[in-house]
Amino acid sequence: MVKSKRGLPIHILVFLGPAVLIYTAFMIYPLCDSLWLSLNNKASSGAGQMFVGIQNYLTLFSQDRWSAPLWNAVRNNLVFFVIHMVVQNPIGLLLAGLLATRIRGAAIYRTIIFTPTILSVVIIGFVWKLILLPSWGISRALFGIVGLSGLGDYPWLGTESTTLITLSLMSVWQNIGIPMMLFLAALIRIPDDLMEAARVDGASSWTIFWRIQFPLILPTVGLIAVLTFVGNFNAFDLIYATQGALAGPNFASDILGTFFFRTFFGYQLQPADPFMGSTVAGVMLVIILVGVLIYLFGWQRRLQQIQF
Amino acid sequence: MSKKLLSLVLLALTTFGANVSQGKTQLIIESWRTDDLKVWRDKIIPVFTKTHPDIEVVFTPTAPTEYNAVLDAKLKAGTAGDLIACRPFDKSLDLYNAGQIVALNDLPGMDKFSKFALAAWSTDDGKTSFAVPMASVIHGFIYNKKIFTELGLTVPKTEQEFLAVLDKIKKNGKYIPLVIGTKDQWESATMGYQNIGPTLWDGETGRKALIDGSAQYNKGGFLATFEALAKWKPYLAPGYQALAYADAQNLFAQGRGAIYPAGSWDIAVFRQMNPKLDFGAFKPYSFEGKGEVVIDNHPDIALGLNAASKNKEAARTFLAWVATPEFATLYSNALPGFFPLADGDFTFSDPVAQEFDSWLKQGPQTFRCSYQILSRNANPNNENDLWNACAQVLNGTFTPQQAADFVQKDLASWYKPQQAK
Amino acid sequence: MRSKFWSAIATHAVLIAYAVVALFPVLLIILNSFKDRITIFSAPFALPWADSFTLDGYATLVSGSHFEWYFLNSLFVTTSSLLLILIVGSMAAFALAEYKFRFNLLTSLYLSIGIMVPIRLGTVGILRLMVNLHLVNNLLSLILIYTAQGIPLAVFVLTTFMRQVPGDLKDAARIDGASEYRIYLLILPLVRPALGSVLAISMLPIWNDLWFPLILAPGEATKTLILGAQTFLGEFANDYNAVLAALTLAILPPVFLYVIFSRQLIRGITAGAVK
Repeated sequence: MVKSKRGLPIHILVFLGPAVLIYTAFMIYPLCDSLWLSLNNKASSGAGQMFVGIQNYLTLFSQDRWSAPLWNAVRNNLVFFVIHMVVQNPIGLLLAGLLATRIRGAAIYRTIIFTPTILSVVIIGFVWKLILLPSWGISRALFGIVGLSGLGDYPWLGTESTTLITLSLMSVWQNIGIPMMLFLAALIRIPDDLMEAARVDGASSWTIFWRIQFPLILPTVGLIAVLTFVGNFNAFDLIYATQGALAGPNFASDILGTFFFRTFFGYQLQPADPFMGSTVAGVMLVIILVGVLIYLFGWQRRLQQIQF
Repeated sequence: MSKKLLSLVLLALTTFGANVSQGKTQLIIESWRTDDLKVWRDKIIPVFTKTHPDIEVVFTPTAPTEYNAVLDAKLKAGTAGDLIACRPFDKSLDLYNAGQIVALNDLPGMDKFSKFALAAWSTDDGKTSFAVPMASVIHGFIYNKKIFTELGLTVPKTEQEFLAVLDKIKKNGKYIPLVIGTKDQWESATMGYQNIGPTLWDGETGRKALIDGSAQYNKGGFLATFEALAKWKPYLAPGYQALAYADAQNLFAQGRGAIYPAGSWDIAVFRQMNPKLDFGAFKPYSFEGKGEVVIDNHPDIALGLNAASKNKEAARTFLAWVATPEFATLYSNALPGFFPLADGDFTFSDPVAQEFDSWLKQGPQTFRCSYQILSRNANPNNENDLWNACAQVLNGTFTPQQAADFVQKDLASWYKPQQAK
Repeated sequence: MRSKFWSAIATHAVLIAYAVVALFPVLLIILNSFKDRITIFSAPFALPWADSFTLDGYATLVSGSHFEWYFLNSLFVTTSSLLLILIVGSMAAFALAEYKFRFNLLTSLYLSIGIMVPIRLGTVGILRLMVNLHLVNNLLSLILIYTAQGIPLAVFVLTTFMRQVPGDLKDAARIDGASEYRIYLLILPLVRPALGSVLAISMLPIWNDLWFPLILAPGEATKTLILGAQTFLGEFANDYNAVLAALTLAILPPVFLYVIFSRQLIRGITAGAVK
């Protein structure tokens, strides 16, 4: 790194300026506006709003009618995240590992596997809803292949025990291309000589992967974990598109995003409550912030110590 | 490649200001009735523009599930249309109280609507009305005539007969006896609970008693309705927990189910989905020991005037036309299943719509019990709770008593008249 | 040699299996969009034959919507936003990776807030802002929002990669008297794989977004493809022919774009690897 003299040299300002300006005006300012809302509530006179400090946050955590759905959403969000971590990322790594062997047709495989990722959630939600629809019979035929056609009539998106898992797997199916691409980019950047040398020494592909390749892509592993975390705790679209804002049945698929949406914008006869809605958003912010800080100060720091 | 891209970009840029039309006043209608887009465009608007060539009317609906949020955002942003389709009761009252739609008391033709019709779009004291009532919807059952003939069934009048008919269809095994899903939740409450319930809670008497606190969800008729609803469970389609509203419509339209708990708006849907489907309708069944059948005739849609509209004069002209019997006849015949709220006798070319309408003359009527006042609170919200509870009753994850207690407890948690009951 | 052969077979087997999983639902939709309603239900896996082939769904689609306009709008918004994100993001990332200055850590932290917070949470503020700027129902509002939304991740990823560019190169250039701007242009090609990744990751949420088009640009002239499809799906929810046709039409453009674009992506990735 080049150390600059006191003050900010003009070229640094030029480099940073546009990004910081656009970002501040169209992201930070509106977000602050929303957070400010969470510290306000309807004025007792009925008109306008007034500052209430952290009262809304206290309400959210202490009153059963708020805290019960909040914890339900947090719990569901955790399940959503864990399924992505144990299904999406390992499979993404496996696929990337296979593609990185420069196998014939790798480009075609990669293109195909990435396809679901480029599609809109509106489409994904609709497609899977159709496929899992008991009255269409697609799922019965599919389960029939493995001799379990009875499971095809099962309302996967209709019972409390299966809905969230089904939705998580739909999301995994769609998003798997992202970890795969990032892992692949990292794997390809490892110089061939390293692996060649190990191969000459008689190491198996398995050993080479775990001893040479995996340690070298650790920064990517961390990056993907934190991207998954942030993505999952921001998730909204898929559940909204397939289950609606009530995230049924009986809120079994309600995550923070849908809980926020319902509270903030209201639903059917439910009036909108922008103040409590922003409060939920504030809680989401804190949860995500904690996760990212753990990544920045736990994972990345440790990694730098190992590498240098 | 890049040159082509550039020209595309320029093309897109030039469309920015493209929707300003020349000379004419343009009125935009906001609505959640996406189903009706074609009818408005091809049948209703042309009749108006024939006599008002200087006004151009555009119907721009948003999907029902997004309508509230989108309308709210558009109104705040100042991008909402001139005319706003208004849901009944509090949602629209809020718009009026926030100054987003204007009072329409002095609009010609408003005096032709009954108090019952105007109540859904008036202030609590009933003095100010802020939207022109357009249509109500009626609940009942639609049945497949071919299946009824094939299995030798007759239209049921009592609960006993209804369940006996379902039993027969189930035993035959060829068709789904009762076509309704619980995935979207609202059907369970709207086409289940609010459909058969009014008879059990004595219509208006029960509905008003709930509001003044003298009746409860977990007692009497309201509890009995949950119990009656639970009896439907054995007759639903396999995997009904995953059937959405559109899926249920499809099953019935394909002739795979015998009876469909309906809202009258479904008539138009079935006519369009499968013109060959031969279907009829029967009214909600009666219960032993209960009096007359009470029909749920629900005020559903009205048209309000955006306070920020730049074309108020033209918009009022259009609204005055909406208040005429001419519009009422046109609208309810173009969209069978939507019934005019104006006083007067109307006939409908669709026989099934005519059948629904005839029930109104046979006995008392009411509207959905949770709509007035009771759903005013954001959390817990009475309507949301009813959806959830009714879906759970059909799913078998709540007993009727549990469902009733859940809804009542939530209501009592914020609604003063229901506290300490 | 033998084991190498078998491992290649196994690799292909796994990849083919997953490719089927990835593609099957999409193909199923496309396939059935060409069949009549009865066959869609009675024989969902059958290919459309003469007796079941129909274009009814597409006919409904053509008469009901302006998909070609929607497509151009989406294309314009997506490419403009991506271009802005890459230029502005890489400049900021360069400054953060290259120079040690007083507010470096603070600026990175400030910029990374945006990765963690969904921009949707600021919808009301955004709306108020866009009304004041007279940008409602204008595609520019979407471009600005998407750029703001994309900057944090772009800076985050690009900074990581730019830090890994060896210092000797830049030092050599500086000795030759190159300006800092010149060095930035010199570094840019070296992080092409990272630029490709940023592009791939940022493209999707922009192309596929439903929320902001719905609120900021719902007018017929500014509708994006996804918003158009959503409106259409809502309108024809129970007409499976039309739904499947709309889904097919909504699937094809991004797939097409991706196939074109993926070559650039790969060239970037491999160029970075071979170097």
